[in-house]
Amino acid sequence: MSAILPPSELIWWKTPIGKEEIIWIVLALTWCMIMFAMMPIWHIYGKQNLSNEAYKTTPVQYEAKVTAMVEQHTIRTQSVGGVNVPVVAPPAGSDVYMLGRLWSWYPMLEFKKGESYRLHLSSLDWQHGFSLQPININLQVVPEYEMVITITPDTSGEFTIVCNEYCGILHHTMLGKIYVTE
Amino acid sequence: MSKYRICPDTGLYFDRSGEGLMKANAVAGAVALLVGGILALLVGLTRWPAIHYLGASDFYMVLTAHGINALIFWLIFFEIAILYFASSTLLRCRLATPRWAWAGFALMLIGAVMTNVAIFQGNSSVMMTSYAPMEAAPHFYLGMILFAVGALIGCFVFLGTLVIAKEEKTYHGSIPLVTFGALTACIIAVFTIASGAIILIPSFLWSVGLIGQIDALMYRVIWWGMGHSSQQLNVAAQVSVWYAVAAIVFGAKPMSEKVSRTAFLLYIFFLQLASAHHILADPGVSSTWKIFNTSYAMYLAVLASMIHGLTVPGSMEVAQRKKGFTNGLFEWLRKAPWGNPVFSGIFLSIITFGFLGGITGVVMGTEQINLIIHNTFYVPGHFHATVVLGTTLTFMALTYFLIPVLFRREIIMPGLAKWQPYLFAGGMTILAIFMMGAGTLGVPRRHWDVGFAQAAEMGLKFEFPGSAEMMLGLVGIGSVIAVIGGALYLVITVGSLLFGKKLEESAGLMQSFGFATLAPSCYTSEKIEPVKGPAADLEEHGSAGFEAPGTFILAMLLLVTFVVYYFINWKYLSSVWPMG
Amino acid sequence: MSEEKEERVPAMQRLLDNHFLLLFIGVTMPTVFYILWGVMEIVSIPIAK
Repeated sequence: MSAILPPSELIWWKTPIGKEEIIWIVLALTWCMIMFAMMPIWHIYGKQNLSNEAYKTTPVQYEAKVTAMVEQHTIRTQSVGGVNVPVVAPPAGSDVYMLGRLWSWYPMLEFKKGESYRLHLSSLDWQHGFSLQPININLQVVPEYEMVITITPDTSGEFTIVCNEYCGILHHTMLGKIYVTE
Repeated sequence: MSKYRICPDTGLYFDRSGEGLMKANAVAGAVALLVGGILALLVGLTRWPAIHYLGASDFYMVLTAHGINALIFWLIFFEIAILYFASSTLLRCRLATPRWAWAGFALMLIGAVMTNVAIFQGNSSVMMTSYAPMEAAPHFYLGMILFAVGALIGCFVFLGTLVIAKEEKTYHGSIPLVTFGALTACIIAVFTIASGAIILIPSFLWSVGLIGQIDALMYRVIWWGMGHSSQQLNVAAQVSVWYAVAAIVFGAKPMSEKVSRTAFLLYIFFLQLASAHHILADPGVSSTWKIFNTSYAMYLAVLASMIHGLTVPGSMEVAQRKKGFTNGLFEWLRKAPWGNPVFSGIFLSIITFGFLGGITGVVMGTEQINLIIHNTFYVPGHFHATVVLGTTLTFMALTYFLIPVLFRREIIMPGLAKWQPYLFAGGMTILAIFMMGAGTLGVPRRHWDVGFAQAAEMGLKFEFPGSAEMMLGLVGIGSVIAVIGGALYLVITVGSLLFGKKLEESAGLMQSFGFATLAPSCYTSEKIEPVKGPAADLEEHGSAGFEAPGTFILAMLLLVTFVVYYFINWKYLSSVWPMG
Repeated sequence: MSEEKEERVPAMQRLLDNHFLLLFIGVTMPTVFYILWGVMEIVSIPIAK
């Protein structure tokens, strides 16, 4: 009788179970149900959820939306390696488009603290990882898919978007900026 | 020559054709571990900011190869050996179609070499995940496909052996619990390989230009059906080995066949759904799908792991108490054979897998909590605790049993072998904890330079807090210690195979660890005594109606840690920007 | 032994001893709930305007 031999009884299903096993199974199952309930509960009462809103798109179509927003709401530019990158301040509550590409996030954004924005994310080429630091919100950015989340910055300052999905040889240089003003 | 060899020490039956296959697969696995381990050192030294050893392109190439060799090739080769052991040896049955098994082995070998060649040629630094539309060389995919086909043949040989054993009535009643666990691993492997085929074959055709495009999101979902399930099959295999070692070292019997087998059944039903862990931060897949799949359908596979976490050490405790170690809650554990690496490796694996790997896996697999963890350094921290401390350490411990029993060699340097599991587990624990710590601070995984020096030159500045750099340094130190532990394992095992004293006649194989009890009676199925159920021993060996009170206390400690850590992470999540 | 044989094997034990049924369930469950459902989710993502 051991785990490496066939069970000694032909019918082992009816062998009684020890006390600690029963107590442990009940406790563990209860805990599992609590953990399971936490996710729907957080959707109702929690403030940090991922929306289910997403669209199938194309790089060309998405880039056009980004360009349109940049043309309308650019407030200044910031030089990155000799290139002037627009900093865009879209109105509160509006649709904001950001794209990831090899190897930059474009454009830079400026938000007002406490206001909500519909942030759209997509990639023009490979997959990228939107990692907002030092807040630490992490989203997967997938080409041909446009993700929409409503985001409400509640702290002000300068925030950096690190790419945390490996995207080739200069992956580690891919940074973007979001500024939040009071 | 007889078709079987009966191990004089253990009474185990080895089918001669199966024996060769077990050896070949185990050795091929060890070679993959050697490659993966050397690369691990290079990765560790590069992510250690003070050293930053490799250049960027070498780093990404080496990291790709490290992942594939250590996470896929080493483990699956070794698992095929375990499948053959659990079927042909434990059922005392000839292995089905040894020629097919050799063909499968050859395919796996060719595939593994081919993929490695593709990576080291430099044009396939795509990481283990090779996310489309990032493209690798065609033979990168082809190698993976060949490897998978070979592994699938191995699974069918295992299933075929079960059929033969049943028809030839080599056993009576149900298959042993360990074989049942191996069956669980095999079933998960079949799904793993099927998912792999669905996604890797089109990727191969795409890389040679026969298909225009691979949908990136579709690729992610199906690839993880393979990528995550292949780790779940590790869990099933590793838990089977835990049960086997409890039987081998202690002569322990399962506390309850019913409970343990039902737990494996929950694995078969639900474990593979957790592939969704990787899709939680993805666009377009609904929360309903995410919640159902990421929770293994209401965490029923987590329940199963928690059950194994109680019943494996619990069965050891019961066996030890029967031997007279009945004082207090933990005499059975204090007086366990800590100098026997078969035991110490397994016990360290159980503890670290539960407390470090298991808890963090469930926490980060929570739909919303994943938002603060996805793709950070926390992720490899977690899976080094599950796959390395869990599976690799378990397989290392099992090797110390297989060398005398399967390879019939005495283990050389037993004094060092005693320390090997502690060294490896210690280094890996440091590494896993500080990887997770750095990840909590936002440090990304798969990243050559978290100091962002090149970006700063262009005018984009960002620095992680100083504590992140310190933790990365500790990760580097942990990796060096673990690599030394891993190297020791390879030196001892390969050295034993080459130079260890040959064991032909009966020889006391475990005496070299100062541990003689091999519980020989546990190998003889003839001496079956009717079991009256656990109630029979309660008063005598346990306390307060518990058979294994010490284990129960440890399990409660795990549960409390689990609950506290789980809610700490919700608290952290609630502090980030509101989003929805 | 013979007495036990006469006793009917419980359904759950028969399920656990039926290896190929387990194989079928173990492959079907994730194929349906993870892969097929997941693919349907992706296919039904609306097209951006």
